[in-house]
Parts: sequence; structure tokens; C-alpha cells
Amino acid sequence: MNTSIAHIARNTFREAVRDRVLYNLIAFALLMTGAAVLIGRISIGIERLVVINLGLTAVSLFGIVIAIFIGIGLVSKEIEKRTLYTVLSRPVRRWEFIVGKFLGLAGTLVVNTFFMAIGVFAALLYVAHHFEGSDAWVLVALYFIILQFLIITALALLFSSFSSPLLAAVFAFSMFVIGTFSEDLRGFAGLTEGFTRWLTMGVAYLVPNFSALNVISSVAHQQPVEGRLILYNTAYALCYAVVALSGAVLVFERRNLK
Amino acid sequence: MPAIEILGLEKTYLTGFWRKRPKQALKPLHLSVEEGEIFGFLGPNGAGKTTTLKLLMGLVFPTSGTARILDREIHDPLVKAQIGFLPEQPYFYDYLTARELLDYYGQLSRVAARDRPRKIESVLAQVGLADAGNLQLRKFSKGMLQRVGIAQAILHDPRLVFFDEPMSGLDPMGRREVRDLMEELKQAGKTVFFSTHILSDAEALCDRVAIIHGGELRGVGAIPELTSSVHGKVEVVWQGTRIPASLHAMGAECHVSADSVRAIIPEERQEQTIDALRHENMRLVSIVPLRSSLEDYYLQKLKPNGVAAGAER
Amino acid sequence: MNSTQKVSWVAGALLIGCMATSIPLLRQMDAMRSGSSLEEVLYIPSGKVLKRMSLGYEGLLADVYWTRAVQYFGDRHRTGAKEYALLGPLLEITTSLDPHLLVAYDYGCTFLSPPPPNGAGQPARAIKLTKYGIQHNPNEWKLYYQLGFINYMDLHDYAAAAQAFNEGSKVPNAHPFLKVLAAQMAEHAGERQTAFMLWSAAYQTATESSIKANAAAHIRALQVDEDVSTLERMVTAYRQKIGRLPISFDELHATGLLRSTPVDPLGHPYKLMADGRIEVATPDDLPFITKGIPPGYKPADVPKFLPTD
Repeated sequence: MNTSIAHIARNTFREAVRDRVLYNLIAFALLMTGAAVLIGRISIGIERLVVINLGLTAVSLFGIVIAIFIGIGLVSKEIEKRTLYTVLSRPVRRWEFIVGKFLGLAGTLVVNTFFMAIGVFAALLYVAHHFEGSDAWVLVALYFIILQFLIITALALLFSSFSSPLLAAVFAFSMFVIGTFSEDLRGFAGLTEGFTRWLTMGVAYLVPNFSALNVISSVAHQQPVEGRLILYNTAYALCYAVVALSGAVLVFERRNLK
Repeated sequence: MPAIEILGLEKTYLTGFWRKRPKQALKPLHLSVEEGEIFGFLGPNGAGKTTTLKLLMGLVFPTSGTARILDREIHDPLVKAQIGFLPEQPYFYDYLTARELLDYYGQLSRVAARDRPRKIESVLAQVGLADAGNLQLRKFSKGMLQRVGIAQAILHDPRLVFFDEPMSGLDPMGRREVRDLMEELKQAGKTVFFSTHILSDAEALCDRVAIIHGGELRGVGAIPELTSSVHGKVEVVWQGTRIPASLHAMGAECHVSADSVRAIIPEERQEQTIDALRHENMRLVSIVPLRSSLEDYYLQKLKPNGVAAGAER
Repeated sequence: MNSTQKVSWVAGALLIGCMATSIPLLRQMDAMRSGSSLEEVLYIPSGKVLKRMSLGYEGLLADVYWTRAVQYFGDRHRTGAKEYALLGPLLEITTSLDPHLLVAYDYGCTFLSPPPPNGAGQPARAIKLTKYGIQHNPNEWKLYYQLGFINYMDLHDYAAAAQAFNEGSKVPNAHPFLKVLAAQMAEHAGERQTAFMLWSAAYQTATESSIKANAAAHIRALQVDEDVSTLERMVTAYRQKIGRLPISFDELHATGLLRSTPVDPLGHPYKLMADGRIEVATPDDLPFITKGIPPGYKPADVPKFLPTD
């Protein structure tokens, strides 16, 4: 049973690679190289800050775009192209299919981020000429970014299991934007009363908490990240991904594949 | 124990924007298929053949009724390991090569790693794609895709094979090859369940057929039974162009061609006719009991309420 | 359908279980981060940079920062904070992104300028903010009013206040009291009557609820100061007339000095103490009073703004 998931995950990874997803690394490398060289020349005293800010923001944005664009097609493309028929007629359970697809895309993003991380650190070394202890926090920021990817991938998969690719992309992107302001939304909900409060609170707790997963600017200012936050964020991201995947499984288990 | 037991499977779709208009794609179907036979599922397009197959594969959920395959629930992975499925106009991951696809499907079908390469080669040879193994599927023609489809259906040596329109997209040689393959599968003791709207294929291959139209089962049985001589008529062919007078009297249908006459007479007048011909020194060519063809049976079953052929409503 | 049902149950249970778990996690994280997410405001080099980064959606971003500013101040004020270091940057970012968000300037005037614990104690910064507002909204008379208010209340620069009121009165559709205030500055600066006029104007024109409540509390305090002064004058007059301190308000009433039992703006009667002073019954409910405070009274860490009338 577990091997089905592994096979599907591996095939999903293979599909992403053959879809030339990893070519985005070239664009990223060009961006980081250009930025590093430019910043190195201009010597404005905050090279570290800019490289980390720019690098981590780029990692985050590139990854979110990939997660959404591939994620939304994970299920709907297979249904539309009917490649799913011959897969599901085999001893593969529908939920294994969903989990396998998720792990495949998540794996792709982790590999992608790994290479990007090398690029960020290389650029950092170039402009700052040496590493400092506080640069280790950049790894935590990258880890949080990967957690963001897991959440967005699970959401894209959920939306892909019941709506068209375009709608799924809109939903996933909206969740990303609203999730970035989720702390504000919860604060805002606290200022309202009655039914509005219930509604806003409901939405505020439902959207993914990307606010807490974005530590880019504090890491750029060499601030440490609290250990407790790492723990909570990990637990939260896992919970959220499980919620989205369970939803996808619930929808997909019952779906008639016309 | 029948290989396939369909117990009242029914499928109604709700169409329309508000999902209020029901469309009954399949009326409650009762059918069973024995192991080792080739079973044909005939009907025009839109009759419900594909719906039935999808219900059996668990791709679509029935509105009511159940089915059992090899005496197990259809979603049971043990069942899935023993069946192969070829969907209509199949499409596969186009970024994989034929070998990679079969390897992936072999993994999913729990074929042991050490057996996979051998089985893949064997099955590719069987469908005539041995040379195209390393070609990416996006470069395959429709006929080649159909062959790959058959290959993936039989790769893991299943006990039952389900084909939806297996001949579609194939040229006459391809169709012959598929027919031969289906015979081979039967020889190997496998059960073959296939749907088609091409009667000649069914006639050549099937042990039993079922006819479905408008989502309803119209008839089922072994071909010889369905096409047994119900008319009680006999066809007589003789050389020459003259017709003995007595044949006119008995109301025989006669067709005269360049050098022979073909007459259809009631079976009980057979002897009388032979005598008449001998009496007039006409040379008898053949005398054959008239069987309704499968096509006749089929067309008859397709009419609503079995109205006589020729009456258009 | 059996296996489908089993899987559905498990998936459903996981979904509900994990959703339930995520809620306390979120609360914990929000609590941990309530300081830090706002501190990021300090990392923003300037509003101009943020404006460019917001890709044209600066209006929305301004609203976000405005909401944060209100929450920041409200939370800290409620828990008795002594400083509000981030209020200035938050308001500055808000107005950089949207210079026409007038309520932000009003908030700055009311809560950035006054000394802690009721404000950030940064009148110069508040002046700078208001002047920025005037620059971008030259026809908003309220901004001139606020400029005058800050100069008067927190900097005691009556000349500058007069000038601000004067300029504001020239703006089309300016409220008539600006002219009155300008004149008032010249002769009656520093008097309670002037403060009363300013706070009444602030109360009438306020749109944001905490600003309004703050103004109401100040008006009540001025009323209390006035009442206590008047009552203590009556006590002195009584002493001169009768030769001793009055024991109760009835005695004052008997001599015709008082018409009825005096009550404070909250409806509680004033207390006449043995040494002739007047005290308020509930000093906790009357922040900002300067008279009638019981001796040794320590104001609560958290001043109570009562709801507005």
C-alpha cells in the first residue's frame, strides 16, 4: 500500500522535471547573480540585508507560483486527459493517489528550494565575503518557506479535485494573499461584534497563517527565530496540510469520473 | 462462480445547471459472465456500454445496485490486481516512453521488480510495439496508443480483461491482430469482456453477447441461439435462369442473377422443390437453412417494443 | 462502497481533528507574535519604498497599517502601557501610503501627542505628521484645527495655535468656531473655558470611537474641575459668613448658596470632606481631573475611558 504512494510520488516528480519546471532555477540563478554583482559594486552598507531579503522573497514567490501552477493540474489534468482511468483500474486506492501526488509535488519543491538555497548563500558569500553565525537563521526562514509550500500545494490539490484549473488557481492565489494578512484579519475580527465577528473569525481561522511563516525581514535584520515558533509553525503547517488533503480525499473518493 | 456478476447496476446522472434533470444512462442491469468466455457487449454509441464499464472499474459510482468480480467487491485491490482495463480512445502520460509507462503501471499493479523487464518486452512484442519502446508517447499515433493500451491491460497477466471499443483507431490489419490476441487470451484461460458497435467482430469472437440500447439490456445469449433459424426457411440456389412453375405457386421469393437463381422457400417444401428442379433438369448448387444474422437480431432488438423491421416512427 | 466509507470516515476525522488542533496553535502563535509582527514596521526603510513595493495597491495596504495602528494602541492602552514606540512609525507609514486617510491624522493628534499613559508623548512628531497631512490635503480645515490643538494642549505654544486656527478659518467651508478659537487664543489662552471649547470641538467632529471617548473624558474632567472650584469657593464663602466649615451640602443649601445636591458629570454626588475640600466619589472613572482628587490617590495603571454619551 505504501509503495503505491511512493510510485505515484516518484512519477509526479518525474512529470514535473520533464515539464521543465526546474528550468526556473536558471531564471533564479540569473536574478541572484545579477543582484549580487550589482549590490557588490554599489557597497551601500546593507548588502547582507538586501541579498537575504531579495533572495528569500524570490525563493518564496517562485515556489508559490510553481506550487499553484502545477498543483492545480495535479488532479484535474488527469481527469480531463483521462490518464486516470488506467491508473485507478489498478490496485491503487483513490486516497493513495492524492497523497502520492502531494508528496511528488512537495518533493519537487523541496529539491527546487535546496538548489535555490545554495544560490542565496553563494550570493551572500559574494557580497559579504564571509558568513556570520546569524546567517544560520536564513535556514530557518527557508524551512518556513517550505512549510508555506506544503500548505499551498495541499490547497491547490484540494481545489484541483473539484474545480477547473482556472478557478483552482484563483482560489489558491486568494488563499495565499489573504493568508499573508491572516494576523491582521484575526485582529480585525476582534474589533467587530455579533454575526460579523463570527463570520470574520471563522474566515480568519480558516485561512492559512502565512504571517507567522514569513520571517524574512527579521532574519534579514539578523534577529533570531524563537524555538517555540519553529515548533508551532511545523505543527500548524502539518495540521493545515492534513486538513486540505483530507478534504481532497473526501471529494475525490466520491467523484464520478465522466 | 461467475467471473462477473452485475446485480441491478443503475446509473442516473443529474444534468442541467441546477442538477435537476435526471438522465438515466443505465437502467438496472442484470448480467453475468462466466470465466474463460469472450463476452461481447454490443450497442450503438451512447447506449450505456462505456457507463457499464466505468461502473465495473469503479470510476463511476452506481445510483443503485452492485456488481461483483471474481466474487469480490469491485473496489477490492485484490480484484484490481487481477483485471486489466483498456478505456475507449485511451490517452497516457505523454512525457513517458512506452517502456516507462509500462514499468510504472507494472509497479502500480504490483508486478515484482525482477519480472517487470521481461514482461514488458514480452507484452510489447505481443502488441507489435517492440521497436517503439523508447519513443515518447506524445509521438504515438492513434493506432499505436491503442496498442499500448492493450499492452498495459495485459501486462500483469490478469484473469479478466475489459476492453472498451478495442478496435477503434486500428486499420484492418491491426484489427485482425487484436482479434487474434483476444483469441490467445481466451486460449490462455482468461475472460474477455469487451464492448463494441462492430457486429462482425462480435460475431467472429464472442461466445456470448449482450445487446444494450438506451441504457437498457435488450437481449443476451450465445450467438448460435440468437441466430437460430426462427423463420423456418431454406435458401435454394440453382444454375440457370428459369424458375419451375411450382415454385411460383408456393409463393417463393426468387432472385434471378446472370447465371443462377436464388429462391427462399419454406422448410417443409424443401423436398418438393428439389424434386421440381430435378424434374426440370436444373442443376442444384446449394441448399442452406436460412439463419437470421446477428445483424438482424441486433437491429430487431434495437427497435423500441420490438416493432417489426421497416416501420419507421 | 465499503472501503470508500471507511476512507471517508478516516479522512473526515483527520480533517476535523487537525482543524481543531490548528486553532489553539494559532492562538499561541498570535500571542507570541503580537509584538514582533508590528516591530517589522521598524524595518521598513520608508513609506515611499513600501508604496513602490505595493504595486499600486497602496490604498489597501494603508488600511492594513491603519488597522494595525488602532489595534496596537488599543491593546497597549488597555493593558496600561507606558510607551507607544511604534505608534509614530505606524501612522507615518499609513499616511505615506495614503495621505488622504484623514482619520489617521486625527488619531495622531489625539494619541501620538499627549504624554503617557494616554499617548505616546511625541507632540513634535505629531506636529510633523499633521503638517504632512496639511500639505497633501490643504482644504481640510480639521487638519489645521488639529495642528492648533496640539500646539495649544501639549506644547502650550499659543501663538502657533492661534496661527493654525487662523489659517484653518480661511479654508472654504471651515467650521465657524475656528475663527472664534483664533480670537480666543489671543486673550484667553490657558483658561479652562478655552480648553472646554477645544475639547467640545474635538468631540463634535470626531468620527473614530476612541477619539470621541477620549474627548468626552476630557470634557467631563473639565466639568469636574469647574464644579470643584465653584464648590470650594462656596465653602470658603460659608466659612467667612458662618465662622466654621460646613458639615454637609444641606447647610450650604440652607444658606441659599447651593440650589440642589451637586453631582458630578457621571451622576455621583460630590463629597464634602471635613477639611472643607471637595472630592469626587469615583476618581477611577474620571481620568484627567486636576481637582477633587482624594489625597494619596494613585491613578489606576489603566485609565478608563467610559463610553460616549
